[in-house]
Formats: sequence, structure tokens, C-alpha cells
Amino acid sequence: MEDDPDYDIFRDEDEDPDAQLHTENDSNKEYVVYLVDASPKMFTTTCLSENQDPETHFQIALSCISLSLKAQIINKSYDQVSICFFNTREKKNLQDLNGVYAFHLPEGDYLDRPTARLIKEFDNLQDSFSKNIGSHHGVLPGSRENPLYNAIWVAQALLRKGSAKTVNKRILLFTNEDDPFGCLKGAIKSDMTRTTLQRAKDAQDLGITIELLPLSSPDEMFDLSKFYVDLIGLEGDDLVSFMALAGNRLEDMKDQLRKRMFTKRRVKKFKFTIVDGLSIELNSYALIRPTVPGSITWLDSITNRPLKSERTFICADTGALVEESTRRFHPYKNQNIVFSVKELSEIKRVATGHLHLLGFKPLSCLRDYYNMKPSTFLYPSDEGTDGSMCTFIALHKSMIQLNRFAVAFSGSSSRPQLVALIAQDEVIQSGGQIEPPGMHMIYLPYSDDIRLVEERYSDTSGVPKASADQIKKATDLIKRLDLKDFSVFQFTNPALQRHYAVLEALALEEDEIPEIKDETLPDEEGLARPGVVRVLEEFKTSIYGENYDEESEQGTGKPTEASKKRKAHSEFAKKECESYDWGELADSGKLKDLTMVELKYYLTGHNLPVSGKKEAIVSRILTHMGK
Amino acid sequence: MARNKEALLLLLDVGPSMHCVLPEVEKVCSMLVQKKLIYNKYDEVGIVLFGTEDTDNELTTEVGGYQHVVVLRNTKVVDGDIVEALQQLPRGTNGGDFLDAVIVAMDMLIKKFGDTIKGKKRICLITNAQCPIKDPYEGSKEEQVTTIAKQMTAHGMRMESIIMRGKLSQDANKEIMDENDRLLNIFSKETSTRLLYVEDPISLFGALKTRNITPVTVFRGDLEFSPKLRIKVMVYKKTQEEKFPTLKKYSDKAPQSDKFATHEVKIDYEYKSSDDPDKVIPPDQRIKGYRYGPQIVPISTAEWDAVKFKPEKGVKLLGFTDSSNVLRHQYMKEAYVFIAETGNTKAGLAVSALARAMREMNKVAILRCVWRHGQGSVVIGVLTPNVSDRENIPDSFYFNVLPFAEDVREFQFPSFTNFPASCQPNKQQLESAANFIKMLDLAPDGEKEVLLPDFTPNPVLARFYHYLDLKSKHPDAAVPPLDYTLRKITEPETDLVLQNQAVIDSFRRSFDQQGNPLKKPRRLLREKINDEGKENITAPPANLIEYTSIKVEKIGDSTPVQDFEAMISRRDSPDWVLKAINDMKNKIFDMVEDSHEGDNYAKAVECLVALRKGCILEQEPNQFNNFLKHLCNFCQEKNLQSFCEYLATKRVSLIPKTEAIDSDVTDEEARSFSVKSEPKGD
Repeated sequence: MEDDPDYDIFRDEDEDPDAQLHTENDSNKEYVVYLVDASPKMFTTTCLSENQDPETHFQIALSCISLSLKAQIINKSYDQVSICFFNTREKKNLQDLNGVYAFHLPEGDYLDRPTARLIKEFDNLQDSFSKNIGSHHGVLPGSRENPLYNAIWVAQALLRKGSAKTVNKRILLFTNEDDPFGCLKGAIKSDMTRTTLQRAKDAQDLGITIELLPLSSPDEMFDLSKFYVDLIGLEGDDLVSFMALAGNRLEDMKDQLRKRMFTKRRVKKFKFTIVDGLSIELNSYALIRPTVPGSITWLDSITNRPLKSERTFICADTGALVEESTRRFHPYKNQNIVFSVKELSEIKRVATGHLHLLGFKPLSCLRDYYNMKPSTFLYPSDEGTDGSMCTFIALHKSMIQLNRFAVAFSGSSSRPQLVALIAQDEVIQSGGQIEPPGMHMIYLPYSDDIRLVEERYSDTSGVPKASADQIKKATDLIKRLDLKDFSVFQFTNPALQRHYAVLEALALEEDEIPEIKDETLPDEEGLARPGVVRVLEEFKTSIYGENYDEESEQGTGKPTEASKKRKAHSEFAKKECESYDWGELADSGKLKDLTMVELKYYLTGHNLPVSGKKEAIVSRILTHMGK
Repeated sequence: MARNKEALLLLLDVGPSMHCVLPEVEKVCSMLVQKKLIYNKYDEVGIVLFGTEDTDNELTTEVGGYQHVVVLRNTKVVDGDIVEALQQLPRGTNGGDFLDAVIVAMDMLIKKFGDTIKGKKRICLITNAQCPIKDPYEGSKEEQVTTIAKQMTAHGMRMESIIMRGKLSQDANKEIMDENDRLLNIFSKETSTRLLYVEDPISLFGALKTRNITPVTVFRGDLEFSPKLRIKVMVYKKTQEEKFPTLKKYSDKAPQSDKFATHEVKIDYEYKSSDDPDKVIPPDQRIKGYRYGPQIVPISTAEWDAVKFKPEKGVKLLGFTDSSNVLRHQYMKEAYVFIAETGNTKAGLAVSALARAMREMNKVAILRCVWRHGQGSVVIGVLTPNVSDRENIPDSFYFNVLPFAEDVREFQFPSFTNFPASCQPNKQQLESAANFIKMLDLAPDGEKEVLLPDFTPNPVLARFYHYLDLKSKHPDAAVPPLDYTLRKITEPETDLVLQNQAVIDSFRRSFDQQGNPLKKPRRLLREKINDEGKENITAPPANLIEYTSIKVEKIGDSTPVQDFEAMISRRDSPDWVLKAINDMKNKIFDMVEDSHEGDNYAKAVECLVALRKGCILEQEPNQFNNFLKHLCNFCQEKNLQSFCEYLATKRVSLIPKTEAIDSDVTDEEARSFSVKSEPKGD
């Protein structure tokens, strides 16, 4: 985890500063109202939870919302949420309608960004629910109250803020009552059904999506056809698959990955010159970038108030405060060569234009080590014409067909460099776009950036090369240890998930930090399977021979010059170390009178780190001696 | 400082056949020394020329022979003089004998350094090896070269040879070249020598490593397959960006007379309390805060260290998979290289066997790596085989870091097939594109690949060091233009373009760049639907899309109802709702007023019904109720009762509270409204 917030080598180059501002603020926000049925039926029906404890439907709904909120606060913390219960004894809402209780914090709005406090209060709600809010039968014969109708109305009123264009508005309805007006008859029933459906339709007409999360019990399936089919407007095949999907959706809500969401936005727009007089307008997007735990704000440890950092420039010679200088210097041949900032940027301007095509190469020419940083995705800009789109598609198709990639020069102001453009065909899996169509720009190294490591370890007397039999054994091994459906999406970053878990526990003042499963660990069970163990053994025998003892292998390698020196040095230090009476020196406080070299004898002699200032070293010695 | 001191002898062929490339040789060699002046200022460099008119070397004077070899500069600590000497190499007149030069160089190095600085004595030979070397007094040339090479290894010298071929060599005797190649190959085998053939000036620039960096292991230890099978490996960075030098900020505040002024600018960071801007908070009173929703949660470093993720150091195999399961663009960082531990033959064999098997089967390995103890995160990456076809270079693996699920942003882009026909290339266009790609080939069969990253220097760095040297002599010099040779990195090769002008012209003709703009007002919406589809959110109802696509700003006469509906659903500003309602009211008034014998009534009622619906949807019932009341009064005053009667038959009533919460009208009132107005009309 990077400690320095200012240092981010992966930050996209030359980003639009405006685009950055809007990342998380406005666009693609979501306003969600969770509507939870609180009728007695929700409390009486139970199912078994994962650890086989009975859990009421109400509890399921609450824990589901709680988990969803905890993910949301990290993923999209600018979203706004509201939680309403209906079929309640008490009422609390803007319109003062009966049977609807909107839960909110005294200091917050009904619809507001999720906060740690909201989550905490919400988690505590279950215990105080019957006292403060209370459950109540919704629709009763002879009463004209219609809490479901009221609830949708309240939700719709809450979602009035924000324009439907920039905000996704959703109502998530949790209920286990498939026939809310079942106890009614005749005209009253049809009337209530009609008005409720009308209410829902009006909300939908305002751009609000109503989603139903039906809770069924094992002995009684939720029957959509009784009422809700019309409310959420399902037809045909959707109807059939809805129930199956609904179950998954509930699970999905619980298992949401804590993952910061990014709104699609371009990094940069530029012109791709193909030949003189022919160019394509492209947008670049960052599809893959390392996610960092989020920025750090420095706080005053006493007041916990944020601090402002101030930067001042001081002339080292005179101590005077100076303005940020526009001149830089570099020592060379015992003099300081001074450059202006303008001259420096002029040096970096080696190309005209943004991206210039140089030619094409077969894909096999793109070696695995030609990589410097995450790639950037290119897609034609909609500001171009259909003609330029056509050019792009033609090149894209032909490059895939011919197995070629394009080499181009990218003249960015921070690091102009050669890039490889790989055409990527669209990949769609089970209805979702896995890989979008377009080109991936891979940043190529220069000769200055490539290290000749393998050649350093060349050996004039020849190097070991495996025999056919050994390769055969390796082949068997590879076949056995095959990850069939590997995809890069499958692992979550354990460090990041741990970070979020710690943050959540601290923010919610929880006592325990939930354990995060490290998905990146090898499958030990699989490795212990007899078949796997056998191929591993066979491979090992073919290389190392029978009765191979790992320890004996160590040290058979020719020690390098440096390692010999290190060894000699540590032996010398050990010997020297013995000639001091460390205990006496420490007791009399004379350690600090020794030289650094002498102190380091002790450290080397006892295999301790030798780094640090004298103070640190002395204290390390004392700690080691237990004083 | 002097621990990594290197002694380098540049052996430069300046014979007539080399004259055409000497400008490039001058540039690259002077840059090498310029960089040494900055990064390795204690290194020593000497220059030996061969193929010269004159002869000037110690061996001639001592034993005779070794003609046309000139020691231009004896080895000395790098300085400006060497740079200048390299910038103006004399042009020779004779064919050079590179072996003579190598022997002279060895002699110089042995005399000066003896057995010290082992492994740091380097000879760099730049020649086109077109002239034959002299026959030895005894034995064959091969034997002589072998002996010399053995001597070189014995004295801990390394040699790299850069040989011009292809476009850079003129027509020469092939036999001689082949013989020389054979001899040079002996050097390459016997010593740890890099033997490079370059065919264009850019590669010449890139072939010479201008900066020596001793690689440091990232990890040294076991590549763990299972607790029982571990292979000892060393991991190094394979690529690492050579950064533009960091320049210091310059201060001119020091007086001119001050010879010892550093001219540096110190940057001071202070953290101040937000309540009291004069209060500076000392570092030990600061605490890091992380964002959690709108709040900031303070976490001290100690707290953090106690709870943070602490994986165990080690490199573990997760399994193998088809290479097609990992896409090239998913590589995240600089590449690494995994090499078997030096001297460990068994580990070397294991790496070799696996690398070869993986290449045969087209497989890659997925690893989980924690390089260092105390590292706060794990790395997942892909191991790809790097099988060496040279017998003295070991097989190894390359390793690239892969993204985690959190690092992948699932943005959706429209399929190309979704675009209109005018965006789809036809057969002729596709053919022309394919031809274009085939002709602009940078790696043609049988020829050397151009712009190979391994041989392509960074033009910005080359320009900087050149300018730096220029400024040391002329402080006011302007930034020189990019070198002609280096420009070929940033622009297409003119030769290649000229040769294929016909194909390029036909390509350009095939694609009409004018075309129609792609951007249509609906694009935004389509994208939105795409995004939503993915997240399982139902798209807004179809009628909403229709409305928003046309931006109606006023209600016209032909389709007032549609215009009103479009306007009231506009979401780009909240004002549209009221504007739509008001416009509609005026429209209805106009219709009723202008009606001739009730011919407009039907239309007016249609509008009124639409207005009523709109007011319910937008929760503006009173707007409608007041208007309806007003309209009826108006009709009665103007003797237009017939409209009120017509209204009653159409059952248009006030909006009651049951239909819109904000309404003040009860159901009763609403129902009786139309009835009420009738008697009045009588």
C-alpha cells in the first residue's frame, strides 16, 4: 500500500482535469429506497440461514440491506439511500401517511448518502423495532388503509429530488406477501388493486424502477401471478425466469464485492494519424488500473480535524522564501547547467501530433517483456465521422485477420514513446460484454529500459538444458495442474479487501475485524490429491534424482564473489564481536562511545539489521540483549 | 563510489567503408560518455581507432606490427575531452584489422589494471568487419582468436561487438564477411560477449548500452509448486523505465560573487490546523485518515500495522492454464525475469524442462508472489516461458503482473455491428486496408525487424544529454532539433512510405474522411441503456425515451398533446414542467376562444385530458384544478357554456386528493364539479 498520496505512478497521463472532478460526484449516481414489508407475516415466517439457524424474513431483509449498504459506502459513496418500512404501527414520513415508517438519522435527510452512523443505527434497529416502529397488519377487511400504496407514494416522493437523466432511481421492495389484498373481496379489492397498480405505474412513468425481492419460504412459494406480476410489469419469458433470478439477486446483494466503481469516462481524446491526410479521432479509456485504498487525509491527532498542507520554497543559499522557480539545473562536468522549464518541455516534444502510425508487425513480435505499465483502451470518438469510424473498423478487422499489431508513436507530453496497438474483438459471454471491441495500446520499452539479465547469466561452459524425458515429465505435471477456467477477474485483492474490512470495523466501532478470505492462496487440497502428488514426485525424480535432499543442494552452487565477501565479512565481525564485553559496555552506558563500525560487529555477529542511525543501533543492541 | 568502477575501451573502426555510419557512431559514443559523466563519473574510458592512416600504439613501439591502430585517448577518468574527441573522429584511409585492435586494447587494459576490477573491464568493438584480418604467424586464425578469447576471460574482460550489416554495409566480399563472422562468433562463445548485428542507424544507437546498471534481485528463493517441490530461482526486473533525469529547482538569489553557492531550492511542507491557520502541527501529532462514505476515519500507523494484511514471503504456483486465457493487454507493470539460481544445475534443469514443456503445450503458469518480508500485498501474475536457442544462455521465464478483480473496470462499448451501414467497410475497403497493413510491414520475412524495442533508444533522453553537453559549452544555446536518425522513431520511415505510395494512395482514396458526423442526440441514451442492461436495471419505459429524444421547447399547433408530453418529461431542467403546463393552458384557452361553433372543442378537451394526466404525474394537481375552475368561469363570462357542457359529457373533472396527494379537492367535490357548472350555464 502506497503511503505517499502524491505519488501515483499509474495515474493516467495528461488526464482531463475536468473529467477527474466529475468522476464520483454527479454522473451515474443512484438513489435507492429500500421498502421493507414489516407485516407480522415477515416475522413469523422463517427459513434456515447459512449456519442453520432459523432466521425470519424480516431479519433476512435487514441483513441484506445492511450488507448492501456496507458495500455501497465503499463502492459508490455518493449514492443516496433511504430505508422505509411499511405495514408499521407507527408512522413517520413526509406526507404523514399511515403504516409507513421512513427510517433516518436525526441529522440527515430522509434520502441521504450512507454514513457509518446510519449503518450502525440500522444494525441496531432490529432490537428496538417492535418498541419504536412496530409491526401491523397491512390491509384489513373493512379498512380503507392501503400501506403498500402509501409506501410506494412515500418512496416516489423521496425520489423526487435529482433529475432522472443523471440519476438512477430505484425502489427495492422486500416482501413475502404475494397477495397483499388477499383478505379483501369484491369491489374494494379490485379498487385497491387498481389504485396501487396505478400508483406504481405513475412512479415508473417518472423514471423510477421498482424492483421486487420476493422472500419465499420452503413450504410456500411466492406466487407472482397473484398481484406483483402487474406491478413490476413482467411478461412472457421474463416471468418464468424472474423467480429464479430473484433468489440470485438477493444473494448478489449480500455478496457484493467491495470495489470502487468508476464511471465510464475517457482519459483523453486524440488524433490517430494513419497516413498523411488520413486520421481518426479516438478516445482513450483506462479499463485496467490498480485500485488503491483511496486517498489519505492528514488529521490532527488531537482534534481529528483535517489539516491543510502548505508548501514553501526556500533558497538554500540565502534562506529567503522564493516563488516556485521556472528554472532547473543539473550538475554536469563540475558546473551547473541551467534550463528553463520551457526548454525542458521543448526537449520532450519530439513528435508532432498525438499518435502516429509507423507500421505493422506480426503478433509474434510482441514479446512478453515489452511492457511498462497498464494498457489503455482506444475506441473511436463519436465526434468523428462515419467515414473515420469505417476506417477504424476496416483496420481493426484486417489486423485481427492478418494477426498483426500496429506500431505507433505516442507523443504525450510526459513520456513520448512507442506503443503497440492490438485489435481486440468483442467477446460476449452469457449476455455480458467481457471484452469490448477496440484497440489496446501497450506501452513499449526503449532499449534503455530493457535489462540484459539472461545474458548476464550466460556461461561459456554451457548451461543446463532439459532432456526430452524431463520435458515429458514436466508436460504431465502441467496437464495435472491445469486451471481450466482461469480468468484474471477471479481473484480479489486480499490487501485491499482487508483494508476495507478494517476501515468498516473502525468506522462502525465494531469489536472484531471480519476475516477476509485470501483467494490467492494455492489450492492445498488439490495439491494433496494422489494423482497430483505422483506427477510432482515423478518430475522431481527426473530432475533431482532419487533420494534428493534439498538442504544438500544449497551451497553446491558456485558462490559469487560478493557472497564470498559477505561471508568473510560476517565471520570477521563474529570474531571481532567476541572481543568486546557487551554486557559490561551496555550496563555502564558506554555503548554510545563505540564507533559505528564496532557497533555493527555486534549486529552482524547476531544477524541483526545493521541499518539506521547510531541511536537506533544502540537501542537495537540493548533490545537484543534484553536490557 | 569506485566500487562499481568500470573501465571501457571503445574500439572504433574508422576505415573508409565505415565513413557513412561514423556520424552515428560519434553520437552514440559521445552520449555514452555524457551519461557516464553524470551517473558513473569515476569510470574510465579509452578510445582505440583502427583503419586509420597513422599508427600510434604501445605494441607497435614495443614489438612492431599493429599498424593502422591509433590509441586516440588512453584510458582515463571520463571528462569533457573524451566527449569532444568522440564528437570528431578522424576518418581513416585503410581497411581495419579488428583483431589487431582487440589485442592492443587487451594490452592496454592489462597494463593499466592488471587483475584488478575483475569483470568491470569492458571492450566495445564497433565495426562492419568487412576487411580480412591478417594471417597469424603460426596456426589458423580460428586458433589465434580462441587463444585471445581465452586470455580475455582469464583476465576478467568482457567484450561486446556491434557489427554493421544490411543497409549499413556496402557491397563487400562475402567470403571475408563470413570468415569474420565466424571469428567473432568464437569471441562470443568463449567470452561473455554480446555479438550484435545491426542493419539500420537507429539500432546502432540502441545497441550500445549507454548506461550500466547492476541488476538487483527482486526475490531470491523458492518457486514453490507444492511443499515437496521447490525450485531455487532468482527474480530480476526485466524492464524498468530509465527516467528523465530529475532536475533541481534553481535559485538565483545567491550573490554572483558567491562561488560556493548551491543554487538549490529547498521545499518545506507544513501541515496546519484548519481552524487556526497559524498553528503548525508537528509530524508526531498528525494521523492518517481514510475516507468512509462522507466521513474520514483516523487510523494511526501503529494501529494499521497491527491489523493490516501480512502475507508470508514466498512465490507459489497456483496452476497452469492455456495461454489464451490471459490477454496481452492485461499485463500491468514492468516485466520480471525468473532465472534458476546460479550454479544450481538441478534448478536450471527444472526451469528448462518446465519452460520447454509450457512452450510446447502453449501454457502459462499463474503465480502468487510476495517478494519481500513485510510486503503489504500479494501479486498475482503470469509466468511465460522464455526458451533460449543459444547454448550458453539459460532458459528462463518472464513474469507479468495481472490485475485483481477490483482493478478491472467493466465499461461497455457499442458493438461495431450496431453502427449504421455507412460505418461498415465494404469488401473493397477491407481489401485496401489489408493491403495497407501488409505493405507497411516493419518485420518483413528474411529481413531484420525494424524498431525492435531492444534496439530502439529513447529519443528524449538522447536529445537531453546532447543538449546538456551543448549547454555546458554555450549556455544560451537553443534546444537543438531532434536528431535526423532519431526522428525515424517518431515518424514513419520515408523510404517505406515512398516505396508503397501506390498502396497508401489507394488506401486513402478508399476511405472518405468527410462523411457525416457520428454524433447524434440519441447516442447518450443508447449508451445508458447499454450500461443499465448490464446491471440488471430495467431501462426507462419506452415512451420516456421517445420524449427525450426530441427536445421540444414550445407547444405547436399540429401536435399539441405530444409536444406537451415531450416537454413535461424533459429532465434537463426542472423549469420545463411549469413551462409545459403554462403553455398548454394558453393553448387550451386559445382553442376554446377561437372555436367556431365548437369545432375546436374536441381538440381542446384532448389537450385538457393530457394536461390533467401531466399534472397528476408531476404532482401539480392544483395547477390543473385552478385552471379548470378558471376556464369554466371564463366560458360562462364569454358565453361559451357549450364548452362546459361538452366537458361534462367527456367527464373531465378536477383532480381529487386520491389521485394526487397535494390536491385540496375531495372526491366529492371533483365528481360534483362538472355537474355544478351545468346549472350555472342554464
